[in-house]
Amino acid sequence: MNFLQSIDWMGLLKCFIVGGIICIIGQILIDKTKLTPARILVIYVTVGAILGGLGIYKYLIEFAGAGATVPLTGFGANLAKGAIQEVKSLGVLGAFIGGVKASAGGIAAAVFFGYLASLIAKPKIKKQ
Amino acid sequence: MKPIETKQEYNDYVDKKSPNSPIFKNCFNAFFVGGLICSIGQIIMDFCKFKGMDETISSTVVSIVLIAVSAILTGLNIFNKIGKFAGAGSLIPITGFANSIVSPAIEYKSEGYIMGVGGKMFTIAGPVLVFGISSSVIIGIIATLFI
Repeated sequence: MNFLQSIDWMGLLKCFIVGGIICIIGQILIDKTKLTPARILVIYVTVGAILGGLGIYKYLIEFAGAGATVPLTGFGANLAKGAIQEVKSLGVLGAFIGGVKASAGGIAAAVFFGYLASLIAKPKIKKQ
Repeated sequence: MKPIETKQEYNDYVDKKSPNSPIFKNCFNAFFVGGLICSIGQIIMDFCKFKGMDETISSTVVSIVLIAVSAILTGLNIFNKIGKFAGAGSLIPITGFANSIVSPAIEYKSEGYIMGVGGKMFTIAGPVLVFGISSSVIIGIIATLFI
């Protein structure tokens, strides 16, 4: 069986719809409130962490897969999930280790590729 | 025209004068692009699982790939064009997080590679990490009470 045959189209549709709806909520926040994008990102990551901590977000991940993990709420939920898991084995010390450990790949990639991309890019002259 | 005296009146006046942003069109674009980015993530995830990686590793690979691609697209000035069209559709997925690191890094390149690029990278991503990581620490501490 090759990879193309193994794609779950129904799962992909769920992922598309849930990911899209999470973005619509963000778009409504941009258009209808005076929140800056930075604040919206902070709200998303915090809400994701809280929903992850309460154990609610994992149902959304089960339903929508990447539709729930790719938006920034998924990043927050992953931080919370990591912290809780690590607490189970290390106790209170795990609270400080687990979150970053679970999302270390993403954070390190963002820092590394971010720096790399800025090296190759030319700063654009702002059009007035 | 009667003079504007209160802040409320001023806000109403600004709302009346400023062009209505076409919210339905914006939402549709956000939905479409956001859904598409998540679907690309899902395909990468399915591919990782197809290759025999577990759930956690697959999801990390998805983040790394999407971050790398959007960092490069930002560097090539392509991401901004997608962002103008998609609004929250490219901001809310992890691509927006990557973009928020690369954009200021490029903009402040003239201030040098250490304090310019290295320092300004976190103008927007910094708060996201501060609140995200702090929430996870608090949640972890609360979790110790239940375990």
